[in-house]
Amino acid sequence: MAEGDPVVTLEGVTVTYGKNRALRDVTSSFAAGAVGLLGPNGAGKSTMLKALLGFIVPERGRLRVLGLDVAESPLEIRARVGYMPENDAHIPGMNAVSFVAYCGELAGLPRVDAMQRAHEMLFYVGLGEARYRNVDTYSTGMKQRIKLAQALVHDPDLLFLDEPTNGMDPKGRDEMLELVRDLAHNKGVSLILSSHLLPDVEYTCDHVVVMDKGAIAASGPIAALKQPRGRVYELRIKTAGELDLFVERLRASGLDCKQTDEDVMRVFVPGEGGAHELFALAAAARVQVRHLRPSVPTLEDVFAHAVGEA
Amino acid sequence: MPIHDQGYRRYGGHKARTGTGWMVIARAGIRTFIGKRAFLGLLMLAWAPFLVRAVQFYAAANFTSIPQASILAPSAETFRQFLEQQQTFVFFVTVYVGAGLIANDRRANALQIYLSKPLTRAEYILGKLAILMTFLALVTWLPAILLLIVQIAFAGNFTFFKANVFLFPAITLFAFIQIALASATMLALSSLSKSSRYVAILYAAVIFFTQAVYGVLYAVTRSTALSWLSFSANLAQVGDVIFRLPLKYDTPWPVSLLVIVGLVAGSALILERRVRGIEVVS
Repeated sequence: MAEGDPVVTLEGVTVTYGKNRALRDVTSSFAAGAVGLLGPNGAGKSTMLKALLGFIVPERGRLRVLGLDVAESPLEIRARVGYMPENDAHIPGMNAVSFVAYCGELAGLPRVDAMQRAHEMLFYVGLGEARYRNVDTYSTGMKQRIKLAQALVHDPDLLFLDEPTNGMDPKGRDEMLELVRDLAHNKGVSLILSSHLLPDVEYTCDHVVVMDKGAIAASGPIAALKQPRGRVYELRIKTAGELDLFVERLRASGLDCKQTDEDVMRVFVPGEGGAHELFALAAAARVQVRHLRPSVPTLEDVFAHAVGEA
Repeated sequence: MPIHDQGYRRYGGHKARTGTGWMVIARAGIRTFIGKRAFLGLLMLAWAPFLVRAVQFYAAANFTSIPQASILAPSAETFRQFLEQQQTFVFFVTVYVGAGLIANDRRANALQIYLSKPLTRAEYILGKLAILMTFLALVTWLPAILLLIVQIAFAGNFTFFKANVFLFPAITLFAFIQIALASATMLALSSLSKSSRYVAILYAAVIFFTQAVYGVLYAVTRSTALSWLSFSANLAQVGDVIFRLPLKYDTPWPVSLLVIVGLVAGSALILERRVRGIEVVS
């Protein structure tokens, strides 16, 4: 795999569970570095990761990870990939250091090296003091950390992190995001972070792939996606029952609109029209604008625009 | 600088080629059970019949002047009976070791951890099978073979061994069938549930229910032709053929063998369907 090549590519991938189509003809690629896989629950993010690991055989299409075909070389891929599952997952009856070392051995590390790295990984994820405790007794946050440790123990080239901050308290969540960011930006580990939490992706990743209803809704560098192809305004109007009507008018005029409060909304005005267009629409609807401020587009705007939630 | 910045470094060492993961699973599983005192007690108890037989062989070899000692003299049937007696310990070891082998992994969602490593489903199953088969061999094949050696040692000659040279392959083959059947069925049952207790009950039910059904049918028909319905009777029938003894039941032994093969094949099919990285709930 040459430098600069995508670490993961999907070509026309369709995955079906019974009658439910989880992935619909997905074609995409993931650049090296930190890529966020963003989407609402049920968008197909976890399904994609599981298909990339070879857990699910797609009905159609081709998947490549680190230049290797998933259908032909699943074991070679898994030897170079670390996977942190979404659900609580551990091997019962083991203490943390035995569990992580065991995972290292399963990934092909010699026993001594696996044990040494297990200790290192547990310190790295912040479980150094609790490493001799049985994993069954761990809190949810600690279980998230140990899942990261087992995914890292064999030093993967690529990490799949499925909702890594699920169930963590704010402090733990910040620490987990810091770890993920550190891995991607300082330790040279490429990663795909699947999440429905925009701030998590925005903080840790450079690129994003937005999924919705089993399809790719948007993808690219976060900075580029946030570049306005129009302008975003924070708008407040005087409400007197005409709010819904006004919102409908905005949408009918092709403006994306997302209410953030009762009478406050973020409005995306495409093209060059800018504030003039908004004032014109307000005047036509006989709505009084109380507050209008240009705003910086956020990943939330990109996401909302991509999945049509505006 | 946060402490965790000091912890991660890239690994520059050697990684084993794929295909050896099952040995890691087997080794870890065996270590886990050996560390349990209750299980060690069970293993020691399972060797008690060996000691009794060893004393019997000693008496038969050293008290030849006493006419009653002749009834203690070993024969092919002695070894067959020994393995049949060990069936009780096979049951307990199978339940103790096997019930949680996959069920516990399913309860803790460990399958997706295992299968995200360079490990095939077959290797995972092989690793789990190896744990159970090792312990079952410790209570069947190993003591039976040692008994054969003990007999030679106490007799001080190879007369019995030469006259019954088929015993070594017979013990090996019968113990293998006994172990394979118990391991495969238990592992299949273990993959069906997330509760090891439920699996243990299910396994006991399979053993006792099939025996009870056959018992009822025998009481009604007074015929042993339906012995193929019983898990244990099939094993006994095949065992008698292997040890060249008269058959206990009217069921043709190939039918009993076929039932055993069918049970193992059915178990393999269940394992193939149940051991997966994801569980799709329809």
